[in-house]
Amino acid sequence: MRLLAALLIGLIFGLGISISGMINPAKVLNFFDIAGTWDPSLAFVMVGALCVTIPGYRLVLKRPAPVMESGFHLPDTKVIDRRLVLGSATFGIGWGIAGFCPGGALPALGTGRVDVFLFVAALIGGLLFARVLQSRVATDKPA
Amino acid sequence: METEFTPWAALGGGALIGLSAVLLMAFYGRIMGATGILAGLLRFNDPADWALRAALVIGMTAGPLAYLALNGAIPAIDLPVSNLEVVIGGLIVGVGVSYGGGCTSGHGVCGIARGSLRSIVATGVFMTTAIVTVFVTRHLIGG
Repeated sequence: MRLLAALLIGLIFGLGISISGMINPAKVLNFFDIAGTWDPSLAFVMVGALCVTIPGYRLVLKRPAPVMESGFHLPDTKVIDRRLVLGSATFGIGWGIAGFCPGGALPALGTGRVDVFLFVAALIGGLLFARVLQSRVATDKPA
Repeated sequence: METEFTPWAALGGGALIGLSAVLLMAFYGRIMGATGILAGLLRFNDPADWALRAALVIGMTAGPLAYLALNGAIPAIDLPVSNLEVVIGGLIVGVGVSYGGGCTSGHGVCGIARGSLRSIVATGVFMTTAIVTVFVTRHLIGG
């Protein structure tokens, strides 16, 4: 049961990514191409999502605990540091090159396209590479 | 390559993405961030947590199939870049989201909905560098 709900939640996410156009790098890159073939659609994706998450989170986070677990797992970091800014800046560069973000690419795997697998393999490579780098710069911060 | 302006599909798809995020928080108390979900799949120390993440990702990959069932076609995916760019982009995205602590779904949808200043900054930064990157690749060196 626990996993069935997760499967369904993943499915809703994947369907939303498919319908919204976030699954399509051509559309994503055109969203960024303000000086060229600009397609403003994806701004509406964020608006649609926030219209649900802002009131939805407000309701859910009022409850003492989620349905299946004893507590909420929320990030407690508040600092805006170089790591956040430079990491996000780097992410944007990669997103601008390939047109896929992680949330767009994972559902796209379901189409079986080789180039999507190539992207996700490289993405996993990047995550692991960063993990190695971070463990070298040994901080006591839990990942 | 031009893409069609699709505000309604974008809004509706975005609302589904938001709904999945609210459900994940309500049931499991977690942020619907593709980066965090995928990064956790690359750790193997907590079998129950791993299974939850795997179920979410499997559900996501079924998104295009649900789209097929509803619309009679697989969602369009056009990658207007070379496979080399796909791989380079994937690696850069992987490193960036690791340091930045999230991507479009985690920061852009969930974090902003929680009013997290970190997420607002991260989203502003990665949107900006993506726009600049596309400007450079399409209008300065390419095009």
